[in-house]
Amino acid sequence: MRHGEREENPSQRGMNMPDAKRILVRVRVNGEAREAEVEPRTLLVEFLREHLNLTGTHVGCDTSYCGACTVILGGRTVKSCTLFAPMADGGEITTVEGLGNDGKLHPVQEAFAECHGLQCGYCTPGLLLSTVELLKKHPKPTDEQIRKGIAGNTCRCTGYQNIFKSIRMAAAEMEKR
Amino acid sequence: MYAAPFSYHRATSLEEAVRLLQDLGQETRVLAGGQSLIPLMKMRMARPAALVDINFISGLNGIHESNGELRFGALARHAEIENSTVASAIPILHDCAAGIADVQVRNQGTIGGSLAEADPSGDWATALLALDTSMICFGPGGQRTVPLEAFIKDAFTTVLAPDEIVTGVHVKLPPQGSGGAHLAFKRSAPVYPTASASVELTLADHDMCTDARVVLGCVGLKAIRAKEGEAALRGKALDEKNVRAAVEAARAAADPQSDMRGSADYKRLLVGTLVRRAIGIAARRARGESVPAGHEYAGR
Repeated sequence: MRHGEREENPSQRGMNMPDAKRILVRVRVNGEAREAEVEPRTLLVEFLREHLNLTGTHVGCDTSYCGACTVILGGRTVKSCTLFAPMADGGEITTVEGLGNDGKLHPVQEAFAECHGLQCGYCTPGLLLSTVELLKKHPKPTDEQIRKGIAGNTCRCTGYQNIFKSIRMAAAEMEKR
Repeated sequence: MYAAPFSYHRATSLEEAVRLLQDLGQETRVLAGGQSLIPLMKMRMARPAALVDINFISGLNGIHESNGELRFGALARHAEIENSTVASAIPILHDCAAGIADVQVRNQGTIGGSLAEADPSGDWATALLALDTSMICFGPGGQRTVPLEAFIKDAFTTVLAPDEIVTGVHVKLPPQGSGGAHLAFKRSAPVYPTASASVELTLADHDMCTDARVVLGCVGLKAIRAKEGEAALRGKALDEKNVRAAVEAARAAADPQSDMRGSADYKRLLVGTLVRRAIGIAARRARGESVPAGHEYAGR
């Protein structure tokens, strides 16, 4: 948990009300141009869920810990609960909705289904995206690379054994293609 | 969780960023990677009236070697440093970059932002105080260079003026025969460490320590240089007696607070253990050995 309280000057609160005017955020999500006008404090995850109706990205802990909100922004995984939407302006985003193609699952999704790499499914969108990026960097990951690659994703159901199996299977399947 | 409302201003040049900071007043914060600032804002521990986003300024990223220094742009992300060949040539930098939080946070958080935030639990100040590090700052009067040791004044407090921003971090390359290590202990990947220690040694004839830096993290209001611990090693043989004296001096220099991560007594013991291990790894690296090290946590 983050700590360290900052001092505030209550006498100034309200006197200098910020001009929180809405701003236009334009992104490409899963290959499609999307935009919405939002308050600057809108988190990227809310922007995706509430403004673009892409509810595949989940809000888990909302404190930058659990990784359920992981999306790919400009080729790197980020926790979308810890970015303000305007920071993603002009960016290319992949969410879990963008993994499959024409009703066909992505090999990582297939492997998670096959190996029972999920139970309740809440953490799964984040784990799928972290796995996709992990396998881009390490197509044949060692157990240590898998541990490090998904250290920012918390699952409270599976005990991770089946997630490891899923990642190994996905790596093997993707190598064949 | 929602941050308190703020106005958002995107700077596209350093000059514009400084002008915005001047125009918007003291309740304004600079937004870089946001990995420390945004959680604080969501918990309402910080409620700036305005943010100046510097992410869209070009030329503030990158890592290169020049003039005997490693030069990081303020927006160099932890992951870029982790994967950089030039930065990884200095093992203490790789130890630090590769273990900060988790993949997603390392992909977004920046070295300049981390140092300007001056969170006493941040890793960079601890690791970089073990080397000769300068902060490059830009304000209305132009550019100035501040040694890292003078840059961080206190917890969450730096010498930056309200209209000044960090543009780069310059690290002097350690001399031949040097080796260092940054070790941190944390409960799990995404959290801040319970304690950390950075040691940089220069050895002659394998065992004679000609120079030493010992820095402690998370056990005070800012990273602490254990100067008596350094004196216990400098100019001396790296034997058990001197190492023990350095560890004891480091423990005495720590000023930890009890919190959810552990009691003050526990942290004081832990930081000494980390210093002892870091001295051992730094010495092996100074002798040319390749030794993996970094952050330790459950499930690693």
